[in-house]
Amino acid sequence: MIILQTDQLSIAFGGVRAIDGVNLAIESGQVYSIIGPNGSGKTTLFNLVSGIYSPDDGSIRLAGEDVTGLAPDQLARRGLSRTFQNLQIFSRMSVLENVMVGRHRHERTGIFADLFHWPSVACQNQATVKAARAALARVDLADSAGLPAGSLAYGALKRLEIARALASEPTLLLLDEPAAGCNPVETEEIDTVIRSIVKDGITVVLVEHDMRLVMNISSRIHVLASGRTLTEGTPEQVRSNVAVVQAYLGIHGSQESNRAFH
Amino acid sequence: MRTLLETRLLPAIVVAVIVVMLPYFFPSAYYYRVGALVFIFTLAVVGLNLLMGFAGQVSLGHAGFLGIGAYSVVIGPVYFGLPSWLCVFVGATVSGAVAFLVGRPILRLKGHYLAVATLGFGLLVAIVLTNEASWTGGPDGMSVPKLALFNWQVRGSDAWYWIAGTTLVGGFVLALNLMESPTGRALQAIHDSEIAALVLGIDVARKKLTVFVISAMYASVAGSYLALFNGHVTPDVAGFLRSIELVAMVVLGGMGSIVGSLVGAAVLVVLPQVLTIFHEYEQALLGFILMVFMIFLRRGIVPSVAATFAGRRK
Amino acid sequence: MAELLQFVFSGLTVGAIYALVALGFTLIYKASDIINFAQGEFVMLGGMTTVFVTLAGVSLPLAALIAIIVTTAIGLALHRFAIEPARGASPVALIMITIGASIFLRGVAQIIFDRRFHSLPSLFGGDPIKFGGAAILPQSLVVLASAMVIVTLLWLFIDRTLLGKAVIATAANRLAARLIGVDTRRIVDFSFAVSAAIGAIAGVLITPIALTSYDVGTMLALKGFAAVMLGGIGSALGAVIGGLLIGLFEALAAGYLSSNYKDAVAFLIILVVLVSIPQGLFGRTKIERV
Repeated sequence: MIILQTDQLSIAFGGVRAIDGVNLAIESGQVYSIIGPNGSGKTTLFNLVSGIYSPDDGSIRLAGEDVTGLAPDQLARRGLSRTFQNLQIFSRMSVLENVMVGRHRHERTGIFADLFHWPSVACQNQATVKAARAALARVDLADSAGLPAGSLAYGALKRLEIARALASEPTLLLLDEPAAGCNPVETEEIDTVIRSIVKDGITVVLVEHDMRLVMNISSRIHVLASGRTLTEGTPEQVRSNVAVVQAYLGIHGSQESNRAFH
Repeated sequence: MRTLLETRLLPAIVVAVIVVMLPYFFPSAYYYRVGALVFIFTLAVVGLNLLMGFAGQVSLGHAGFLGIGAYSVVIGPVYFGLPSWLCVFVGATVSGAVAFLVGRPILRLKGHYLAVATLGFGLLVAIVLTNEASWTGGPDGMSVPKLALFNWQVRGSDAWYWIAGTTLVGGFVLALNLMESPTGRALQAIHDSEIAALVLGIDVARKKLTVFVISAMYASVAGSYLALFNGHVTPDVAGFLRSIELVAMVVLGGMGSIVGSLVGAAVLVVLPQVLTIFHEYEQALLGFILMVFMIFLRRGIVPSVAATFAGRRK
Repeated sequence: MAELLQFVFSGLTVGAIYALVALGFTLIYKASDIINFAQGEFVMLGGMTTVFVTLAGVSLPLAALIAIIVTTAIGLALHRFAIEPARGASPVALIMITIGASIFLRGVAQIIFDRRFHSLPSLFGGDPIKFGGAAILPQSLVVLASAMVIVTLLWLFIDRTLLGKAVIATAANRLAARLIGVDTRRIVDFSFAVSAAIGAIAGVLITPIALTSYDVGTMLALKGFAAVMLGGIGSALGAVIGGLLIGLFEALAAGYLSSNYKDAVAFLIILVVLVSIPQGLFGRTKIERV
């Protein structure tokens, strides 16, 4: 099943075509990566798909439904979730509370119940705590539940954002550079987490620079350059594509991606 | 089962204890009056704290709702013959409705745009109250009919001390409940990162409006009590200075600290009483306090004290 | 027709003051991203200081000069003692600091001066000039002419001098400006000083017409801010046009609708502008990167 499809998606910022006629067709249940040099429009593409920007042209379909122009919270209710390149952690709240917010779309209490703390709220809070703890366990952060979110190390914060996104039980998860700034050990942990997410049937779309991670984990790769599609295919196809090597991987990059296969 | 120290309603219990125990320390009946005023203002500040400290939305015109509540208990009884206690509820409903109508467009704004929009709103309320003299008595205001409950005319500072104190405890309970609920978590999330909140499915606009309406109703009840207690009301109750006083109380006590609301209100109510002979210095002092706290002690008294103790325990 | 002309002139006169206040806002905002709520107090201080110094026996021109110098010093002190220590605070925190400063200055003025209204003698006498059936005060023309001169001088300065370029650079990117050797602290000092001076001059000029007292600052600041919102924050041209328009709308509303609600005009305009075109007439919307 095609879970995410874009058709001639385009957006321009003051004359600069940040994304120009991009077509995506992502099958569910796999890891799909979007790579490209800095400035090629990867995060812009994410922002378009997650509703933060409205496209100038083209359409977006989520599980067959036309969702072009919908706001992020409306998309969230349709099963889409994402993490952010520059972390958007709720730094005033604890680690557990951050993930509890992720449960919001499954919480069923109204304002009056909340104000008067009817029994339904206590029940809801308990259920939310339980689900949040489970999500934290999946990213190996269960022990940090009570800590203030701002006190965590960078790599842990990246996993926290993933746990938070997972807590909303998405069908499609967009990860924006989850391994950025992570050391090899942390990157390995991210790899493990992503694999376990996919095993649960969640489709993962990845924007990443870490070529080893990308080549290791992806079913298919989409290469962007200057807002346009350069090529799209399996990891083997992409890394041997001459244009990609020239535009992006370079010699070092292709060495890295080769290492992923040996 | 959490320990007593961790219970959600601990601050409300503490306030209840304070309300009950404080009169034992009063040297004279005059202090009931100070206590009543502190509790009334704390109620307004709790509401404003939910909006500003918790949800992160600034309001520099909140006294406007104070004014709506205050004038409801004049206009209702005098022109419509409604009982005063009912007008407290009517005022809160009107404030809530006004907050809903005004909030929808302006809560889309952020930062200084939101600040100035709320400022403009507060000033407009004050201007209307000053000008519609046939309803409001104009700049000199009107005298307020006393509250009557079950054929008993409520008079005396001690009566109002208990009324305000009990209402405050109730207000604390509601606020504390809200903070530990799905809505409360959503509001805190919005404060830290609106975009992340959106992406997690939170209807940010609707949540902001909800807390705006709630905080308006808190202020309205406080305004009604103020008018009934003082027996007289003027448009100043909705004025710019009053709005800034409320903000100063939030800042002083600690943004987002419900307990801090009591501290902030207590300081700024008691100070002019202590400095009655220096009434002239009130404005200069208010401005000075606001500046000093926003420059050096932005977290406010209660969070700073709490942080010092937390540091010492290690 | 004569009536309309009357309203237009009085509106433009008061609008010129709003424009100067708005210009002061804009200068500080461009150099430091701060909304200086105490801007209106500079106007108040200019007028009140001049009044009280003349009452002490000093001649009017000298008193005005003293007032302008004192107010400029206060502007500098505001930056050094209230804004600088809080650098890095959120925009709302900074607004609250300047609001605190504004109330503080008001409170101190109340103590040092008094609570009454005061006036100053007009520059060219008080006899109105007849023009098309309307009566124009000579002081009005002084105000309008001075405002034009100040705006032109400021524009020339920003556009033609090196210091002016430094202000633009600081406004565009503080860090980059420092990297090329601009002393950004001095630049912001400068913007506060000039804004204070402009405000003080406006205060001296308008007092013969509109009187002054310790609390005129708040309303002026708010209306100046309305002008900035209308014109578009960050645009000097917008500030001037916004100020003139607000003054005009106020006078027309007072004349044809209700003089009671004169003050409400500016605040209604703020709300309408913020809700419909938040970037104002000449401003630009910022794109936020996530």
